[in-house]
Amino acid sequence: MNARIELVVATVDDAVPGIRSLALAHPDGDRLPSFTPGSHLVLDVPAGEGRPRRAANAYSLTGESSDPRHYTISVLRCAPAAEGGSACGGSAWVHGLTVGDRVTATPPRSAFAPIHLATRHLLVGAGIGITPLLSHLRSHVRWGRDAELVYLFRDGHGAHVDELKELGGDRVTFLADRAGLAEDLAVRLADQPLGTHLYTCGPAGFMDAVVDLATELGWPSSRVHLEPFGVAALDPGDPFTVGVAGQVLEVPSGTSLLEALEDAGHVVPNLCRQGVCGECRVDVAPGSSPVLHRDLFLDEETRGAGDCLMACVSRAVPAADGRAHLEVTL
Amino acid sequence: MTPPPILSPAAPTTAPDLVAGFPFPFPNPTYRYTTNVEPARGVVTTPAGQWGAAVVDVDSAYAEELAERAAILERDPSRHAVLPHMDVACWDAMLCLMRELALARPDAFALEPLEGPRAAYRWRNDLLGIDHAFVLGDASTLPEPPLRWITAQVQEDVVLLDERDGVLYGDAGVVTFAADWSFGFDVGMSFLEIHGPVPRIHSEGVITRAHEFIKRLQPNETYRRTNWTLTVHRRLDVSTETYPDWGPDRPMVLGVDDETFGRLVHLRTEVQHLVRLPESGAVMFLIRSYLLPFDELARVEEWRERAAAVIAELPEDMADYKGIATYRDRAAAWLRAQAPTP
Repeated sequence: MNARIELVVATVDDAVPGIRSLALAHPDGDRLPSFTPGSHLVLDVPAGEGRPRRAANAYSLTGESSDPRHYTISVLRCAPAAEGGSACGGSAWVHGLTVGDRVTATPPRSAFAPIHLATRHLLVGAGIGITPLLSHLRSHVRWGRDAELVYLFRDGHGAHVDELKELGGDRVTFLADRAGLAEDLAVRLADQPLGTHLYTCGPAGFMDAVVDLATELGWPSSRVHLEPFGVAALDPGDPFTVGVAGQVLEVPSGTSLLEALEDAGHVVPNLCRQGVCGECRVDVAPGSSPVLHRDLFLDEETRGAGDCLMACVSRAVPAADGRAHLEVTL
Repeated sequence: MTPPPILSPAAPTTAPDLVAGFPFPFPNPTYRYTTNVEPARGVVTTPAGQWGAAVVDVDSAYAEELAERAAILERDPSRHAVLPHMDVACWDAMLCLMRELALARPDAFALEPLEGPRAAYRWRNDLLGIDHAFVLGDASTLPEPPLRWITAQVQEDVVLLDERDGVLYGDAGVVTFAADWSFGFDVGMSFLEIHGPVPRIHSEGVITRAHEFIKRLQPNETYRRTNWTLTVHRRLDVSTETYPDWGPDRPMVLGVDDETFGRLVHLRTEVQHLVRLPESGAVMFLIRSYLLPFDELARVEEWRERAAAVIAELPEDMADYKGIATYRDRAAAWLRAQAPTP
């Protein structure tokens, strides 16, 4: 599952301020494996140049999905810690790549696929969150599906605007401010044919607003789909201890359980490191404190069983005796 | 209903490649249901040869089995069903099967992406004399609907599963060689419903684990497993629809002499592949059925001994579900009686 492919940067496009679009090619010029619309690549970001750890950043694929010549991604530059921001430095690294550079990535992974039984697809994106929805729209045009797209972006900062126009024509609506969006969606979400599915991607606050409105207007949750790729930075959490293989490790505030385990020399399979992919699940033994689950992977039933957690984001919370401690098995 | 032709009823021997490539299904001395999936394409060597390199396998029965499938579809169109939302998955399955054929036999098959603004391909099947260009998603560029066209070019049965709300549904397929089940009855059911009648797998969690495993498959990931039963005659179509034709063979075979028993009773292995299709996100389930008569099986000593042990030990509920309860004791005894004299 964690196999990597090697890709070479074929073109770089910085036409939209703050956003870089990259075309990545097979090193031999071969066609690349087909992927499901809405899929992403996880790019390996090496440590160094101010990045304390290696990172793995997910970027949605925006281009042709069937036997593509290139995997294309568009990356918004987020300020890393060194510049006073909170990002891990992955996007800044992407913005420093040049044509001919080699990168490694996972093969495309699908977590936001169009639902084929939908009678209609309503796509609502904001900012760089447009990328997986562009991929959806491309697919709906190919397969003759009923689709419409609403795209909110700051004037002059919209990625893929011309491409969307060409692809979707009058099925695409561009909006420039939150007030306009609220007005538009209040009407649009209130009047869709039965069987319509709603897909949204963008900043967490934006997606929350879209989902809240949909819920208020009676949309069942099974018809509303989120691409949780712009996961907001989690708070650093309280310190706790972890027992593993007869050792007791400290997990300080700001360090994840996954990082603490790795720093102690344990190998834990992992991929996204932000609670989405499900790779770093570890088993929790009885006698542990309650778990604060912060991932987007485990379902309620599994959480209720209390026997596992996702080590990259979830933490122990103090039990009645005030002690915060997990016993884990790897 | 007219009985289906029994393939090569008078053939005195099985073609050598069908013995050498037979996927013998018993790695262990006893058989129980497990979530026995493994990555595809791993080569398994056997005392007679090997199998497993290809996801789509072309052997010397290619023309014969395709003719059999065409005849069955002609008689009973319900073996081909596609719910309307599965159109993308059908194209996707076609492309995937073409790629796999080309990988398995580059001398005989080729899929070439064509340059241009629309995704277009040229497909060559030299075994059937096909050389055809088509545009992805444009039905007017194919001679037949995509799943129908490609299943006339592979020996595998195909079921396509759609995933929604965390559940897989068997919403399309072409299945002509079902072993004691009915695709036409199952189409549209969930994966768990389809497997409802199988004993043990529910209480033991086998089927829910399989369901979770399949849902986690990422685009293009391909896994396989095997299943098995016994079939009287070299008969690929032992579907529920044709039960009146083959059902009576089960008691009948108890009354035949030993020589005839060894010729009529076949070990049937299904090699099943699971592929997450990239364009649609659907899961393609391939079932390839291999039949080896007992008299051929018994010539490979390791196979004879292992098959005898497994069939003799199989718990009664499992033997009953497989439809072999009436004659499995004789099958095991027959195999044991073939032991080489010291």
